[in-house]
Amino acid sequence: MTTAAFLCLFALAIIGYVWNRQAATAIRRDGARLHSLVGFHGAFSLLMVLVPVLVVILLWLVLQGHVIDSILKSGIAARLEGLGTGEVQLIIAEIKSIAGGTIFGTPEDWKLAAADRYLALNVRSGQLMLVVVTALALGLMLFSRRKVAADFRARHGVEHIISGLMIFCSVVAIFVTIGIVASLMFETGKFFAKVPVTEFLFGTNWEPQIPLREDQVAAEGAFGWLPVMLGTLVITVIALVVAVPVGLMSAIYLNEFAPRRFRAVAKPFLEILAGVPTVVYGFFAILVVAPAMRGFGQSIGLDVSPNIALAAGSVMGIMLIPFISSFADDALSAVPQSLRDGALGLGATRAEMMTSVLFPAAIPGIVGGILLAVSRAIGETMIVVMAAGLIAKMTINPLDSVTTVTVQIVTLLIGDTSFDNPKTLAAFALGMMLFLVTLIINVFALRIVRKYREAYD
Amino acid sequence: MTDLSANSAPLGAAQRNHLRRRNRHQLMLQGFGIAAISFAALMLFILVSSLVGTGYKAFTQTHIQVEVFVDPEEVSVEKLPRGGFRDVLQASLQAQLPEVSERADLRRLEGLFSNGAQFRLRDMIVADPSLIGQTVTLRVPMSDPFDQLAKGLVKRDTPEAQRRVTDQEIAWFDRLDQAGMITQPLNWGLLTNADSRFPELAGLKGALVGSFWALLVCFLISFPLGIGAAIYLEEFAPKNRWSDLIEVNINNLAAVPSVVFGLLALAVFIGWFGLPRSAPLVGGMTLALMTMPTIIIATRAALKAVPPSIREAALGVGASKHQVVFGHVLPLAMPGILTGTIIGLAQALGETAPLLLIGMNAFITSAPGSPLDSATALPTQIFIWADSPERGFVSRTSAAILVLLTFLITMNAIAIYLRSKFERKW
Repeated sequence: MTTAAFLCLFALAIIGYVWNRQAATAIRRDGARLHSLVGFHGAFSLLMVLVPVLVVILLWLVLQGHVIDSILKSGIAARLEGLGTGEVQLIIAEIKSIAGGTIFGTPEDWKLAAADRYLALNVRSGQLMLVVVTALALGLMLFSRRKVAADFRARHGVEHIISGLMIFCSVVAIFVTIGIVASLMFETGKFFAKVPVTEFLFGTNWEPQIPLREDQVAAEGAFGWLPVMLGTLVITVIALVVAVPVGLMSAIYLNEFAPRRFRAVAKPFLEILAGVPTVVYGFFAILVVAPAMRGFGQSIGLDVSPNIALAAGSVMGIMLIPFISSFADDALSAVPQSLRDGALGLGATRAEMMTSVLFPAAIPGIVGGILLAVSRAIGETMIVVMAAGLIAKMTINPLDSVTTVTVQIVTLLIGDTSFDNPKTLAAFALGMMLFLVTLIINVFALRIVRKYREAYD
Repeated sequence: MTDLSANSAPLGAAQRNHLRRRNRHQLMLQGFGIAAISFAALMLFILVSSLVGTGYKAFTQTHIQVEVFVDPEEVSVEKLPRGGFRDVLQASLQAQLPEVSERADLRRLEGLFSNGAQFRLRDMIVADPSLIGQTVTLRVPMSDPFDQLAKGLVKRDTPEAQRRVTDQEIAWFDRLDQAGMITQPLNWGLLTNADSRFPELAGLKGALVGSFWALLVCFLISFPLGIGAAIYLEEFAPKNRWSDLIEVNINNLAAVPSVVFGLLALAVFIGWFGLPRSAPLVGGMTLALMTMPTIIIATRAALKAVPPSIREAALGVGASKHQVVFGHVLPLAMPGILTGTIIGLAQALGETAPLLLIGMNAFITSAPGSPLDSATALPTQIFIWADSPERGFVSRTSAAILVLLTFLITMNAIAIYLRSKFERKW
């Protein structure tokens, strides 16, 4: 039915285009002078039909599920009385699966009846949508056909609609941000209704197991995010210790000393490192790096955890090398030539020019790049999900296993749909913290980078 | 002609030392730079070579070719698709190894076949019931331990207790090998099979199709939205607080951790809109939100590169602002836009974390038929296989990564080709 609605819409839109175009051509043939080209008259009809009806169809598809669910529930309200939300959801899901043709056991008659009703409602919704779409499209088509006249400004109409569409496109970015903030706040609010804010922010114990029974000891788990945050910091610091020196040194070399041909080869080479998906780095960490570090550690008599933080951190560092190197390279290139010439003219060697003139001048840009790398490291998920540990410990020992915010988000949410237990909601609270921390760092870093770039331009 | 060196005073020993030290510092700095780049290159080399080293073995699969007598006593037309296919297969091996007669040994003998072998035989006979009572030649995958043995990944000199195959099984294997029944053809199953619990049967078809749908949805959403937003911001938007806000917003969105987009998708697309979990549609919508900033930034750069003289010329002959942009600027900027889009899509193809959160890591043994069916994607399939305990999945994971990297390299190569072919220097 949805496909039919779309086909009907597109057909009517094209018919509207042709019809308007022909009408406009006819007017011109009669000797009148058109304000707009005939194509614009056609396009006016096309857009007038397409845009509003498309919005209607999408809204319909988004809302129809909720409407049908609530009609379904009101039909069997007597049966659902006194049940919790979870049980109601289960019953609805069962009815839907019966409607879908998969029947387990022998369901009660009222469920079968409800399933029939559900199917009937879906069909009726589809028919209704088709009727509404056709009527609306026809109406809009006639409306735009009646507009066709010699002095009708079809081009202005088309341009207005297109401008509106483009403004909508740019506002989507804001919607996404609002969506992120709203959804995180909403779920985090539910979480803090169950777990006090102070426990989350200052607790030193993170044990988010779900209780199997209501009366279980420590049924709520413990939700103090400090050990998780500490683990994230440990891994971030390790990553930076690897990435910053290597990235900076390679940027310095490529920017100042490398022969042009070498630079032309080495830069794309570094970009390959940046293009490797993080899941590949994660597999690299568990396949090569962690066993190698473990073997080395044991051979010199150290106690090394299998999910050693050093492995995840250093692989993340490798991932960040091209990131830092390209930011540093940009920052060094942005320093005006006059500074270089001045330093060399005073007799400095190229190394002295680099370390005492160029590098200090480029520091703000480099710091901005490093800050962005920090935010990447904090938000990086796959490497740590695969290579870091799951258990939160208050430790800064890089040979131990630590967990990170992103690891916890992923493990808490994999395979879990219910939005009402603290375990799932805790993931959203962690997501909120992650979003806030990275947002602050990003805003700060982007401001530094931009301001600095403008200062030399 | 003046001799410069004659005019300047000869260098003293202290000055010479000083100069030497300064030059040494320069050499040191260069050395550090070369070391840093070599380190990065070495890491890339180790990464690629370890993947190729473990992955190439998954591109072949050990098969066993047996003459199967389809015994009418075990398999009959009436009972199809049921029947004693396992016993039939077992009998075919027993014909080669007549001394095996113990029940337990026979069961182990059956373990040489992949679990899928009986279904292959069943499908063959269901398709053509006249085969019952005849001898058919069947080439089927061997089970994972023997695949590992054939590829040398299970070492024969490790003690029997620590090996997944016993000495007796190795002896059987060697005799079958000498009889020429064991081959290692190219493993097309890696691309044409869907996922499976058994490494020797697991393939990437479901993941490839899932990734295709997700990328298609991602492209259909992010491309128009991104271009529309970029054109508006670059060509039409007045410079005011609103357009500044939008711009800051887009730059920040590009740096939001991907897992946060997964949370958004989970809460909004699945929780509020009620879209199905694990569906490539939802995956594609999530990836679109992440790709959009990349496309916007690339499009704006491409639009900015079109010189103002083009716009002025078009305006001068009486085109409207819209006609200038859509008739002249946009076509000239298109190569740059496409390059940015392809690079954005390549990033989206490798993105894993948000797909995990919306459940695209489910275990699904058939390829999705539509964007609303449950599916995995290439990177999530890699994640699932990397997590699997069976040894056969290690090389499969590497092979899957090589497949993914091939796609990424191809996409980036297309982008670079487009850029070099159509880029215009003004």
